[in-house]
Amino acid sequence: MMIVPQWNVSDRTSIPARDDQRPRRTPALTSITTVPPELGTFPRVVQRNATRFAERPAYREKAFGIWQSWTWTQAHEQIRALAAGLLDLGLMPGDAVAIIGRNRPPFYWTVVAAQYCGAIPVPVYQDANADEAAYVMEHCGARFAVVDDQEQVDKLLEIAERTPQLEHILYLDARGLRTYDHRRLHELASVQRCGRERLAELGAELERRSAAASGTDAAVVLYTSGTTGRPKGVVLSHDNVLVTAMNSCAFDALDERESILAYLPMAWVGDFVFSMAQATWAGFCVNCPENAGTMHADLREIGATYFFAPPRFFEGLLTSIRIRMEDASAARRWLFDGALRRARTTGPALLEGRPVGWTDRLLHRIDHALILAPLLNATGLSSVRVGYTAGEAIGPEIFDFYRALGINLKQLYGQTEACVFLTQQPDGQVHPDTVGVPCTGVEIRIDADGEVHYRSPGAFREYYKNPEATAGTRDSEGWVATGDAGFFDSGNGHLRIIDRAKDVGTLANGHLFAPKFVENKLKFYPDILEAVVFGRDRAFCTAFVNIDLSAVGNWAERNNIAYASYQELAAHPKVCASIGEHIEQVNRSVAEDERLFDCQIRRFLVLHKELDPDDGEITRTGKVRRRIVEDKYGTLIEALHDGSTTLDVETEVTYEDGRRGTIRAVLALHDVATVEVAQVASDTARQRSGAGTRGEPA
Amino acid sequence: MSAQAQAPAPSASASEAAVAQVPVMELIGITLRFGGVTAIKDISFDIREGEVRAIIGPNGAGKSSMLNVISGFYHPQEGEIRYRGELRASMKPYEIARLGVARTFQNIALFKGMSTLDNIMTGRLTHMRSGLFAQAIWKGAAEREEIAQRERAERIIDFLEIQSIRKAPVGSLSYGMQKRVELGRALVSEPSLLLLDEPMAGMNVEEKEDMSRFILDVNEEFGTTIALIEHDMGVVMDISDRVVVMDYGAKIGDGTPDEVRNDQAVIDAYLGVAHD
Repeated sequence: MMIVPQWNVSDRTSIPARDDQRPRRTPALTSITTVPPELGTFPRVVQRNATRFAERPAYREKAFGIWQSWTWTQAHEQIRALAAGLLDLGLMPGDAVAIIGRNRPPFYWTVVAAQYCGAIPVPVYQDANADEAAYVMEHCGARFAVVDDQEQVDKLLEIAERTPQLEHILYLDARGLRTYDHRRLHELASVQRCGRERLAELGAELERRSAAASGTDAAVVLYTSGTTGRPKGVVLSHDNVLVTAMNSCAFDALDERESILAYLPMAWVGDFVFSMAQATWAGFCVNCPENAGTMHADLREIGATYFFAPPRFFEGLLTSIRIRMEDASAARRWLFDGALRRARTTGPALLEGRPVGWTDRLLHRIDHALILAPLLNATGLSSVRVGYTAGEAIGPEIFDFYRALGINLKQLYGQTEACVFLTQQPDGQVHPDTVGVPCTGVEIRIDADGEVHYRSPGAFREYYKNPEATAGTRDSEGWVATGDAGFFDSGNGHLRIIDRAKDVGTLANGHLFAPKFVENKLKFYPDILEAVVFGRDRAFCTAFVNIDLSAVGNWAERNNIAYASYQELAAHPKVCASIGEHIEQVNRSVAEDERLFDCQIRRFLVLHKELDPDDGEITRTGKVRRRIVEDKYGTLIEALHDGSTTLDVETEVTYEDGRRGTIRAVLALHDVATVEVAQVASDTARQRSGAGTRGEPA
Repeated sequence: MSAQAQAPAPSASASEAAVAQVPVMELIGITLRFGGVTAIKDISFDIREGEVRAIIGPNGAGKSSMLNVISGFYHPQEGEIRYRGELRASMKPYEIARLGVARTFQNIALFKGMSTLDNIMTGRLTHMRSGLFAQAIWKGAAEREEIAQRERAERIIDFLEIQSIRKAPVGSLSYGMQKRVELGRALVSEPSLLLLDEPMAGMNVEEKEDMSRFILDVNEEFGTTIALIEHDMGVVMDISDRVVVMDYGAKIGDGTPDEVRNDQAVIDAYLGVAHD
């Protein structure tokens, strides 16, 4: 560590003081499309911060149980020392510098140090396997790599044959590396030391390179995770990123008083935009957790004011709260349920500044003091002023829960090619089923076939070394295709994303079909882990359901239902009946949708095995590979649609150690549930025929 | 076994250089009896500075007794023990601990109700100088001492990557994690000789890989001499420099993993050919 740690036994004093919560200015929403040239690149913005925010904290990292911090002045010094050290090792303008590791301040410094030298930082997913890492390293042609520890060094040495251009590896943690061949290996701290010593001679060259840089130069190359085919390197220029940072900071009035926890992978565009771009632009503090396992405790200690998490995080947190409340005493459950019921109406109203009666206000005060505030504190989100979620649709009930607690949780929609920000929900205009209005400076257009296109100052420069892909994504007028289907809500003018454009189709009767819309509603139920809906070009919709073994297992235990395996539990009539009830409820909710009302599920089955990444059925990040599921379970889908009631199946599975085996099962296409669902379907159909005239003005 | 596969060459060469040095401990003609039962029969071997020394053998071969002799908990009826060249007299366990010998146990012996951090801090007790009264007042020297000890404990927590369970009561942790905490408590006393009694017992493959990595790292980073007992042959052959093989209280083999693996007496003992 570069700063001598201040040891203190008491943990309480190690928690940094929270920033004051003075009222903030209202956001200025005028569109700005360029950054002032004196702030046109990251190194220049950091330089400004070093004087303007001098003694304010820039980076913190918890190490040895204590938060170590660096001010902007110190961070700037660290960055310059590192840049000089890299220069000394021969880093040339245009070189790629790969960064592989978890979120740590020196990696964020490496980004700016590389930019100082005119080089391009390329963060790589730290959990990428050797082959994935080799592809990215090969493709970007990195001469330098800055990595965390022995694990990453070993990975790079393993793929050395495929990456002959890699010359120097810098590491942070020397542990286990002492006996390695150090001709190409350097400890980052020693590179910095060397740079510091030679700064007098190298300073001029650094300034020259920094002055030569322009806003259109590449600031970073981010490789997309690649759900289809090989990853593509998205080149974002300083202009792209800084204009986006400037506009988005203004949108939510983010300033140097914010505090953010950097815990999402550095190679993901979100972390780059939140922890690098916005943090540098607004001058707020980036806090790095001690390690992956301490994220939650660290979040509580830091009390982040600006927080981003994928829906999975919020779902997981809510599930853990629910499970713990189920085990609480009846009196406590009664208090909790009551407070939450009241908060669900009062909380969002207060957040959005709608009028609230004085009795409700008083009750909310009491609830807040006794139940909601302690609950918030346990989640670590009590200081969050602006919270975002994105990436997948979030269940409206989950979303409402956090807003009821008083967390200003909003949704945004974006992608790597756009520096994240395409649309976001303004304060006070939050609708769970939309992703908000176009961000400042972003133009959105919906194609004839429903695909969302955009034009934005944040739109990427190009795909690295892949002009065909660039041309295929962006047309001559600068419109970029997102690959998502969506539309603007006629009521509030907000964008609604329905699904990936290639998954959207029509039923045989010509009504719109978007599987994800229904699947997301199903997945909200804790006992449904995964759902896959079919119906494209068919007469009606059907679904596969995966039960959540922990939630259903817990339920089975409470209800004295014995089971020996996942398969047995999944086939249990009571489980199927309960899933059937959920689907019934979902159908009622789907029926209310003006476009997708016909996506109701008429028949379903509970799969005898969990969809698994080892079988290629879902991606490692948990997204269903629809084509593979359709191919593999074709007979099941046919059976659902031809009305059979049982089916013999034999499925090949891959075990975790790579061995293969088969599972045989007699799958019931649940007569009981089917009848119930059919009744409900016709019930809701009747309801809908009443509601339909009301709900279909278009 | 990826933990070992990743960097076999460097760790092997490092230990070879270290092994050429003087013995830390020499055991000469050790015989240990419990009443009429002879647990150890006339065994001699040495543990050299900076090496990983394994003691293996079938169940009941006398391995744990041997480790207890090394740690000074059992006093052999015959034979002598030389520690750093000097004849070691019969000592109390805490006196042995002050000599720089630390150990872990086959059946975890942690304070279940205390946190990971507190358990590891107990490993520093032999280094504490302030008295009961000073610690109760907790000002001046006592406070500074506590801070210094906490720093050592935190470095070990960082080394073993157990930050996320720092405050968790040890009783709530998984078996593999408890083993790691116990290793931490032994390490924090900064031993020059570390004795591990079945460090991988009851662990799954992944936990074994982690533990192997930690043992090698301890050996390499801190230069700690390690003597261990282990059942898992794969692990023993991968991480040790030299292996002693025991059977029915007698030494039947001694040498590098390769020598031992090809030794007929050892093969017989393990495959059961020689008995019955």
